Amino acid sequence: MSDVTVDAVPAAVKTGWLTPFNIITGIILVGGAIILGLRFTQGLAATTNLSNTYPWGLWIGFDVMSGVALAAGGFITSSAVYLFGMKEYKPVVRAALLTGFLGYFLVVLGLLADLGRPWRLPYPFIRSAGPTSPLFEVSLCVALYLTVLLIESTPAAFEWLGLKKFRKIVGSMTIALTIFGLILSTMHQSTLGAMFMVAPTRLHPLWYSGHIPVHFFVSAVAAGLSMVIVEGMISHRAFHHQVEITDEHFQGINFGLAKAASVALAIYFSIKVIALAIEDEWSLLGTGWGAYWLFEVLGFVLLPCVLFAVGYRERRLPVVRVAAVITVIGIMLNRFNITFIAFNWNNPTAETYIPNWMEIWVTVAFITFAVVVFRWIANRMPIMYEHPDWKGVH
Amino acid sequence: MTTTRRGFIGGAIGAALATGTAEAGTTKHFEGHPGRYGLLHDTTLCVGCRSCEVACKEVNDLPPVEGPVDDPQVFDTTRRTTETSLTVVNKYVEATDDAPPVYRKLQCMHCNEPCCATVCLVHAFEKTPEGPVLYHPELCMGCRYCVMACPYYALAYEYEDPLTPKVMRCTMCYDRIKEGKLPSCAEACPTGAITFGDREELIGVAHERIRKHPGRYVNHIFGEHEFGGTSWMVLAGESFGELGLDEGVTSEPLPAIATSYLGVVPLVVTIYPGLLMGMYAFSKRHEAVAKAEREDAVAKAVETTEEEGQKKIAAAAVRAAKDKQRAVDMAVKKALAEAEKGGES
Repeated sequence: MSDVTVDAVPAAVKTGWLTPFNIITGIILVGGAIILGLRFTQGLAATTNLSNTYPWGLWIGFDVMSGVALAAGGFITSSAVYLFGMKEYKPVVRAALLTGFLGYFLVVLGLLADLGRPWRLPYPFIRSAGPTSPLFEVSLCVALYLTVLLIESTPAAFEWLGLKKFRKIVGSMTIALTIFGLILSTMHQSTLGAMFMVAPTRLHPLWYSGHIPVHFFVSAVAAGLSMVIVEGMISHRAFHHQVEITDEHFQGINFGLAKAASVALAIYFSIKVIALAIEDEWSLLGTGWGAYWLFEVLGFVLLPCVLFAVGYRERRLPVVRVAAVITVIGIMLNRFNITFIAFNWNNPTAETYIPNWMEIWVTVAFITFAVVVFRWIANRMPIMYEHPDWKGVH
Repeated sequence: MTTTRRGFIGGAIGAALATGTAEAGTTKHFEGHPGRYGLLHDTTLCVGCRSCEVACKEVNDLPPVEGPVDDPQVFDTTRRTTETSLTVVNKYVEATDDAPPVYRKLQCMHCNEPCCATVCLVHAFEKTPEGPVLYHPELCMGCRYCVMACPYYALAYEYEDPLTPKVMRCTMCYDRIKEGKLPSCAEACPTGAITFGDREELIGVAHERIRKHPGRYVNHIFGEHEFGGTSWMVLAGESFGELGLDEGVTSEPLPAIATSYLGVVPLVVTIYPGLLMGMYAFSKRHEAVAKAEREDAVAKAVETTEEEGQKKIAAAAVRAAKDKQRAVDMAVKKALAEAEKGGES
């Protein structure tokens, strides 16, 4: 550990490891490990409520579908700062990239738990390629983007370790990595939606659309921006002693993100309505599914869109934060709806899917794991602040 | 279509690009391999004896039917195929005074263009020229995208198996038909409700039955065109919706719908780098221009200040010279006046 960061370690870490935080995370992680042990000895049937009619549940709906969308903040902020010259957002880029990396890491963890034979994960690239599958493209992009995010997160580690030469090399790759990340993100964020284009009869027509890839991409932009606000809300408080920028600067960043999120949600709302009009599904709004669709689109798209706009205009940070939390919940609701709620809407059997407690526990354990890793890294490496040797450098 | 696409498999990205363009640009239509087999299920002849279920389980070495085969309670629920029952018979319409109940047999439909094969990222499915769609468990990762994609809810998964789970589905008794035998269900059917044969001929047979008994059948063969057509086809006396089938779906193959977006992907890969570098260049240029303008403005400001300073200095010098002159004049005047006074006195 370098001299600079010693002071940054909070008191809790210095005074032994039996803190309430550590005990609770410990219980969650050990429980998760036990359930995963059960999954690989007793099978998916013993640990999940998945079925032949509902082959995808919480581990795909949350860990993969929502996880990728919520991790979009990394490519959005890095593009804004490094490509479009919006330098005032630089203080949040590192945290957003680290959140992105951990988010994608969770995606892979979720997949490893969910896949029937996870050790065959590299098969599409080394054994038998199925390039006609949208999932082939998604897995290729996720594998590459996880690598990009890893490299984009290394400057903090190299600064921490004092490896100036390596730090310079990755610094010189910033623009190329940012562009590559934006390409990969555009592709797989939208293709995750394209995965559902194969199910026009199984996914309810209000959620199914020929435009679903675009819906996924635009909603991921709103979700990623909101996640940066939410993550800032928590980490700004938790790592307050590390934060170098003024409160005014930090608020200014949040208002800028709010403005962008409001625009993204307005676009998302518009294209959802356009999809409704193109496929002439207005009459479906009168059904029970229609009411539920309106609940999602009005309550979790239009409402936060307006709240973001009001929060930005009136300079009220709490309003912006409420809007961000609603958007994050809304994106999860949307991905759940598409993966297993509005999916099989006209299912011939009476079966439904509700995740069991073990699926929820494992998901919570994965999130906890990500939070612990974030905390460990942010307590040591220059994430929330700029390393004094590298101030003002890419 | 799927079998022909195997030729594209090569470098991963290259293959993805090729797929995209092939989907977007093709104007050719593949009618399917000639002479491939099919099966026709005439639901007006089916009596719900479940002999097909029993035979299927025997041939595939699966645990036998639970309870007595003729237990009528089985029909109280709508069942679906599972990992141990690759075909099931459901009752969809109750008997009336003048009509028997209506049953339908469920199993993999062996689509002409199977979407399970299209969405498989390890290419574990294969549409054989003979008609059956085969599954290769030695390649399967267990992502279950195929199970999710199937519009007929026909694929099942071995969730109980922790380490070597497989997708389970009807194989159309591929090994048996290669030997010239009938699929076991067709062989077991005592009422002739299941007919096996050349798919084209079966379509002819079905149309002939509809023509001969117009009151008995709905004038439609389910599976002739639905989502590009299937090997298993269904004849019915009721609307197909009542038999748990999606009535009136498009004849466009699901794979075409599922992959239509992938054609955009190569465009993103090719357009984005230039576009984004352009945007980066714009933002850099914007910065450079702003900087130059700022410097220019500063330089001008300095220049004006300096000029004004010079002017002020000059003016001050003039003023000082004037003042000096005035002082000199005054002194001279004073001296002259004093001299004049002195002269007078």
